[in-house]
Amino acid sequence: MSDAAADSFRPHRRMRRWLGPVFGAACFVATLTGVVVLTVLMGAILAAALSGPPHSPWHDLGANLRELSALLGRLLANRQSSDPAVAGYHVGVIGSLWLLGLVAAIGIPVGIGAGVFLEEYLPAGRIRRIIQTNIANLAGVPSIVYGILGLALFVRAFGVRGLALGPSLLAGVLTLGLLILPTIVITTQEALRTVPSSLRQAALALGATRWQVISGHVLPAALPGIMTGTILGLSRAVGETAPLLMVGAAGSLLRAPRGPLDRYTALPVEIYNYAKEPNRDFQAVAAGGILILVVLLLSMNAVAILIRNRFRRAR
Amino acid sequence: MTQDASTPPNTPPPEVDAWGGQSRISALAEVLAPVLLAACGLVTVLTTIGILLVLAVQSVEFFLKAGIGVGEFLFGTVLKPEASPPKFGILPLIWGTFLIALGSSLIALPIGLMSAIYLSEYAPRVVRAVLKPTLELLAGVPTIVYGYLALLLITPLLKTVLEPLGFRVEQFNALSACIVVGVMIVPLVSSLSEDVLSAVPQGLREAAYGLGATKFEVSTRIVLPAGLSGVVASFILAISRAVGETMAVVLAAGMMPQITLNPLTSVETMTTYIVQVIGGEASYGTPKYLSLFAVGLALFGITLTLNILSSLVLRRYREVYQ
Repeated sequence: MSDAAADSFRPHRRMRRWLGPVFGAACFVATLTGVVVLTVLMGAILAAALSGPPHSPWHDLGANLRELSALLGRLLANRQSSDPAVAGYHVGVIGSLWLLGLVAAIGIPVGIGAGVFLEEYLPAGRIRRIIQTNIANLAGVPSIVYGILGLALFVRAFGVRGLALGPSLLAGVLTLGLLILPTIVITTQEALRTVPSSLRQAALALGATRWQVISGHVLPAALPGIMTGTILGLSRAVGETAPLLMVGAAGSLLRAPRGPLDRYTALPVEIYNYAKEPNRDFQAVAAGGILILVVLLLSMNAVAILIRNRFRRAR
Repeated sequence: MTQDASTPPNTPPPEVDAWGGQSRISALAEVLAPVLLAACGLVTVLTTIGILLVLAVQSVEFFLKAGIGVGEFLFGTVLKPEASPPKFGILPLIWGTFLIALGSSLIALPIGLMSAIYLSEYAPRVVRAVLKPTLELLAGVPTIVYGYLALLLITPLLKTVLEPLGFRVEQFNALSACIVVGVMIVPLVSSLSEDVLSAVPQGLREAAYGLGATKFEVSTRIVLPAGLSGVVASFILAISRAVGETMAVVLAAGMMPQITLNPLTSVETMTTYIVQVIGGEASYGTPKYLSLFAVGLALFGITLTLNILSSLVLRRYREVYQ
């Protein structure tokens, strides 16, 4: 019996020794795909952006940077055009900035408010569990479905003339506001949960009311976490294209919006319009727009991640 | 937060009212704040109700106006909204969506899982501190950028590699959409899975090492099974993201509704169809226009099912450690 057991025991020592490092290396390579993609992405877009006018050799960094900044300046100053040489993103960039500001003004207070209500006021129980599940599911709804909601609710108002906003800036703002709401609510709740309950108890013991505890102590303590979520949500709003196509961001528009009820267009929508042009010359224009968008969003996200990591270390 | 904590044991005497000039304002804030905050919370509930209502009402209107049944809509194989009489069978759209979701999962799930294992088990502290934020940063790249990447880089690459071998690669094709969507959802898989794998208690690993297991065996036979529910949940969420993805697919896969196994031709997904209808000339109230709501309802149903499935897996099969 013991002989049979000894026979069936195979230590596979050599294989076991080799498998570990090989697997580790494979996993490392897999992790690097992300970094590689990011690098290739930026490189390809830079190359495409610079491919239009006659360009300097790649090692001539100064001249290339000058060309690049000239190109970006031109793209920011020019309006839409069917001529790739003078096409730009002036109206779209202004539209995106309007969207950013108004979505922040509407989405941030509502999102933080909902998070505070769920975490600090609503007692644990069935209602809270239902709302919580609902928010988790809202976070997973595809962005284009929010676009459909905005189209029927804000743009058309189910056909009620007086309430319909039409394809106006405000309709886009409300749609994007709803889109980023779950992100802000969830991160606000997470941030509030990290505030130690001893802080609340100490303030309550000194006679502070519930609202005084929240506004004076809990919210300031949770602020870094809330800011992270807010910035991530806003950067998502700026980069979204599909819902804006649904709620009528204009394909071609030569005048920047002056108020919330004006027609508008946004940077990603204009990029989409240039990118689907069959004319090859538009590729450089689209790449330049992507460059503006990616630099804007990556810096927003980097700030958010930095805030969060700093906060984590401090805890 | 609990009820007895908010009312101190020694209730303050009534002369508190005379104490501060601000007391009336703060008393008002005390009453108003929960009401306003509850209103904010209500917005999230209303959003869900709004989505359901819009999709349901407009879909019913579509089915009445187009005069077709749900079965014909879901399982019809011909989608020709312009023909007379128009045909609204969305099976080609469901097939296209399935093809893209399948292809992108084949790319994203292994890569995402392996990078999660690397980050949680193998990576030295310093490497992890650099790589993790980089992956998160990648999750912030907007989807239209990935779509443009497919047009600019992936499709020409596929053409130069595959056309000499005798395959015809269309300008818009499902394969390049699969690749970019796959790359796009890698950060989602890796960051969610990594959270679960890192949460597996150290004691399990140490016990396995104590029995003579190698690092590979600890990673694949101890840590991975212990965190399996979270890994599976992240897989399902990633598939749901791929199903709902719009801009990358619009730019990469084109708008050709057909049921095909050839990934080098153009397909149309449910999201692409919605964009196509809204970008076209269809006027408000026509069956073609209303069909976007019915397709939206089907899309919402699929993603909602996947999301609920993911949270069920996470809750039901989670291993709980003290």
